[in-house]
Amino acid sequence: MKKLVLPALLALTLAACSSTGPENGASVQDRGAGVATVTAGSASGSGIAALTDPNNILSKRSVFFDFDSFVIKPEARPLIEAHARFLVQNPQMNMLVQGNTDERGSREYNLALGQKRADVVKQALMLLGAKESQIESVSLGEEKPRCEDRTENCYAENRRGDMLYTGEF
Amino acid sequence: MIKTLHAFRLFLAGLLASLALGAHAQLSIEITGTGASRFPVIIPIFENEGRLPQSVTDVVRADLERSGLFTLIDTGPLPMPESVMPDLAGVRSRGADAVLTGSLIPLADGRYDVRFRLFDAQKQQELGAMSLPMSPAQNRLVGHRIADFVYEKLTGLPGYFATRIAYVIKSGTNFELQVADADGMNAATALRSREPIISPSWSPDGQRLAYVSFEQKKPIVYVHTLATGQRRVVANFKGSNSAPSWSPDGSQLAVVLTKDGQSQLYAIGADGSGVRRLAQSAGIDTEPFWGADGHIYFTSDRGGSPQIYRIPAGGGSAQRVSFEGNYNVSPRLSFDGKLLAFITRNAGRFQVAVQDVATRQTTILTDSARDESPSFAPNGRMILYATDTGGRGVLSAVSTDGRIRQRLTVQAADVREPAWGPQIR
Repeated sequence: MKKLVLPALLALTLAACSSTGPENGASVQDRGAGVATVTAGSASGSGIAALTDPNNILSKRSVFFDFDSFVIKPEARPLIEAHARFLVQNPQMNMLVQGNTDERGSREYNLALGQKRADVVKQALMLLGAKESQIESVSLGEEKPRCEDRTENCYAENRRGDMLYTGEF
Repeated sequence: MIKTLHAFRLFLAGLLASLALGAHAQLSIEITGTGASRFPVIIPIFENEGRLPQSVTDVVRADLERSGLFTLIDTGPLPMPESVMPDLAGVRSRGADAVLTGSLIPLADGRYDVRFRLFDAQKQQELGAMSLPMSPAQNRLVGHRIADFVYEKLTGLPGYFATRIAYVIKSGTNFELQVADADGMNAATALRSREPIISPSWSPDGQRLAYVSFEQKKPIVYVHTLATGQRRVVANFKGSNSAPSWSPDGSQLAVVLTKDGQSQLYAIGADGSGVRRLAQSAGIDTEPFWGADGHIYFTSDRGGSPQIYRIPAGGGSAQRVSFEGNYNVSPRLSFDGKLLAFITRNAGRFQVAVQDVATRQTTILTDSARDESPSFAPNGRMILYATDTGGRGVLSAVSTDGRIRQRLTVQAADVREPAWGPQIR
């Protein structure tokens, strides 16, 4: 099982989740009808200043897609180029690309469509010099909408790939 | 009127249960359609039932009424003891075709022996008898078992009342994977998370759920033992891990992985061991359903649009199963292998369809627009699915002939991703 290399600090919080094997939930809260309740933990962390400086293009992380499309639009190129440059210059940094879709249709099929979007972003970054081992492309499908209204504008905002760096996922 | 009263009673029961459990959201069930002709039955209160804190016969009656196949004829508060031959002519004169008689016999250890008999009033014969020992707290479970007995004797199909369902509730930014009895009672939370949970799948023994959790910012497949809360990561490969479906023997899961490129089908041990490729395509393969017929049904866009295909679980070539329309997804096979339920896009609306596997005849069962995640009752008679009303996620159930309809809602929350558990005998 291949895993991203994580800094020691994060490795500590994530180690429990990266292996195959029995895992105990954070806390067992109550029992009812023979069902024990588990509360899931989640990873979180913060990045490097340049990545969050609103004046730096690197603080922008989203690449948007047209309906039923898996092609990066020309206006997204400068953003992809900036992030590829950052990955090349910071080979110790890793990236998680999360693909997203709008909510129409099957959740699992949308998960597969979101994966196609994440893969396209990953491939574009690799064409510009980022290493394959630096980038993991995954899908959130329709599960994490940025906008929850049922409008075309909302759907467009949800059809996107997000780039997260080490410490942010 | 009876239906309204019934819904109200369920609602009250749900309210009490939710108070008892604390802040648990409870499913309430509303019947929105019934069978064309319903079987009229009399179920008098069981003898000595007043000794129990909670009724057994109320559970039996509610189950049968909710199934949409029975009408209950009220005969007042007098019991008909199990040991006494009922007046079948009198039963017929009240318009009933069958009567269930029953008694609770107190046992020395504080438990009761519940004895009951079912009679066909038209043929003037006994259809069967049974006795079940119970503790006073087991009134719901025993009631479901008795309802299963009556249902099976009168319809010829096994009942599904003593089964459980799993589903996900979204409330604000909180997600809960819950398990409840098939009547929506006894809801309990198996997993609470700030990140989405999708695609729950019951192990054949009904003890574990496989599902996809996003708690690590990516989809990972877990197997969760309900009684202990123990969780095991089964698939956490580079990329996305999703869409688990148990093999009928419970030893493996079909999953979708992207570790080698696009979403593709793999089999993996239920303990996460021994991953192997199940199929190969240049496009997306997803939503595997490991059928009891030895085939794995799945969604693939290999032909251009998403359609349903199947492959032998042991390997072999894929065969296309869905042909009408350009969006057919989420296949689920009934336990007897005769019917395939799936979601079809029909003039822009996503609806539940069912296909007779032998004849390929396909029928659309719903008239809603956002149906998802169909799931068969163990007897193959009902299909539970997610849909929405007024922008809110609800669960609905429809019979495979489209006539019987129920809606299951939770106050102020979205309910989605239902999975009907197996019949445990």
